[in-house]
Amino acid sequence: MNRSSRIVLAAFAFLALTSLVSLFVGAIAISPMDVAGAWLFGNAESLSATERTILSELRLPRMITTILVGGSLGIAGVGFQALFRNPLADPFIIGASSGAALGVTIAIVLGWQAAWFGLRASAFSALVGSLLLIAVVLGIGSISRRSSSLSLLLAGVALSSMVNSIVSLLMFWNEEKVTVIFAWLMGSLSVNNWQSIATTAVLFLIGLVLLWSMSRPLDAYLLGDIASQSLGLHLVGFRVWLVFGASIATASAVSAAGIIGFIGLIAPHIARWTVGPRHAWLIPMSACTGATILIFADVIARTIAAPTELPVGTITALLGCPFFLGLLLCRSRACELAGETA
Amino acid sequence: MTHLVVDQLKFSYSDRVIVDGVSLDLRAGELLVLLGANGAGKTTLLRLIARHLKPESGTVSLDESDVANWSRRRFAQQIALMPQHENRGSMLTVIDVVSLGRMPHCGWWTPLSKLDQKRIDDALVATGLAALRERSITELSGGEWRRMILARAIAQDASVLMLDEPIAGLDLKYQYEVLDQVRQLTKQNQLVTVVTLHDLNMTAMFADRVAILSGNKLLALGSVEEVLQSDLIRQAFDVEVSVVRHPSLGTPLIIPLHHAAKLGIDERSAEKLHPGDKDV
Repeated sequence: MNRSSRIVLAAFAFLALTSLVSLFVGAIAISPMDVAGAWLFGNAESLSATERTILSELRLPRMITTILVGGSLGIAGVGFQALFRNPLADPFIIGASSGAALGVTIAIVLGWQAAWFGLRASAFSALVGSLLLIAVVLGIGSISRRSSSLSLLLAGVALSSMVNSIVSLLMFWNEEKVTVIFAWLMGSLSVNNWQSIATTAVLFLIGLVLLWSMSRPLDAYLLGDIASQSLGLHLVGFRVWLVFGASIATASAVSAAGIIGFIGLIAPHIARWTVGPRHAWLIPMSACTGATILIFADVIARTIAAPTELPVGTITALLGCPFFLGLLLCRSRACELAGETA
Repeated sequence: MTHLVVDQLKFSYSDRVIVDGVSLDLRAGELLVLLGANGAGKTTLLRLIARHLKPESGTVSLDESDVANWSRRRFAQQIALMPQHENRGSMLTVIDVVSLGRMPHCGWWTPLSKLDQKRIDDALVATGLAALRERSITELSGGEWRRMILARAIAQDASVLMLDEPIAGLDLKYQYEVLDQVRQLTKQNQLVTVVTLHDLNMTAMFADRVAILSGNKLLALGSVEEVLQSDLIRQAFDVEVSVVRHPSLGTPLIIPLHHAAKLGIDERSAEKLHPGDKDV
């Protein structure tokens, strides 16, 4: 077993532990010993009916949703950073999240409730919105042959602002649905609908399998268009699959929990610093890192002002930004000590 | 036996013709050096052969099969290109990058086989990079970087090797070593190798045949002695040169004339400097 696989296994073990702990903390604390007595030793009386309801109908679905959303944002971040060959890209910054948000807003405004193949309309509309926005960004890139990844990123930021304005206009014109849209946009992980969780899980798994199956070509793609073409990569087809994989992961997260920033940016960076840049390890590690960060953020959001619950997106931004800047500073210092110029 | 035929390739950007009706015919075990002034179309010609650009007209055939109809993967199994520039931002290690040379053979998912590992190890040894295999590519010098890209092209195990300015930025020792390795590989593995260079004297030492591009057309194609002549070099580079015979190697030695004047050499006096040697 090599170093990277040991780190990934340890990270998943840590995620399992933190997820378990997240079940016991909240506005009402539940003793792990009581849960163990009820679940492991069949002592039904060790948990009250309320505690059972909280665990099975609130915290367990919420924990699963949090893992899926955090994992989706982590792998979407890896996908978009690779696509734009830019470490600043993430679904939030390049506008994929905004595209997905517009898709869900339209679904809410038009009252789409339908489900196809067991998947909710909001998830489909989020996927279509995300795909369309990235397609427009890449379309701008293909029109201008000299587009750099930075200009594509800026195009994404500009389009994202425009799409956010359209969402605001839709809210303005549909006053009766403002509360629903606004609550959803704020981002919440309190999902107690197992069909929603199934939708999120299916989209996450499709995104994960798609992106992970592209690990080797993703490594080649980072070396540039000419190098990757010389290694047998069909660039157009590859980019289509990459956009689809990253967008489906974005749709998984946004349709379940609204817009949660920063995870898609920091999870791949932390993962890269621990297991290196090879996508075979980077993708599962980013999924695990994203899920762990979101579990932590959610616990803080639920407990810091209990019984009031804060929007988890504010916690990810408040904690993620200084944490990320701290890591950057540590890394710069380590580079200086190692005599690197980068 | 590998047989690469480039037939009347033509390519333009907007209205500007970059490559105009170039034809080449190359056999296994042959090293062709492409020469030409900046902007003569050398890199574009390589990229046309490598199918990175689509020609307006003309074809590229390998063993009598038009490569335009090949899948990109089949193409990469047969033709490897070492580009002039690559993105250096990724934090991959040397072994990661060289291993990517096996991607055309093992695809997107299949784990590397023992044969793949052997090809990678051989390529690292051949380029003197075995000791740097775990080093991050962001920490490589320019010369180490070029050798790594060459190692990846070697690991690709293609029958046609195209190298775009492989010695640019290298010191004299590595210039010699890289070209010597390329020549040895060409002969040992019976490859067809096309190299773009700017150094005429290195060309004279290592090429089997030389092609000069000028005005986006093929000005000359032939043996080293046939092509490295002062009038052809003047046409291609707009520089007066004196061509004398190398005193120990016997290959043409090209000296720009204003330097020759400083040294007290001109074409007529070349024989006086090295009695017995004649202009070629």
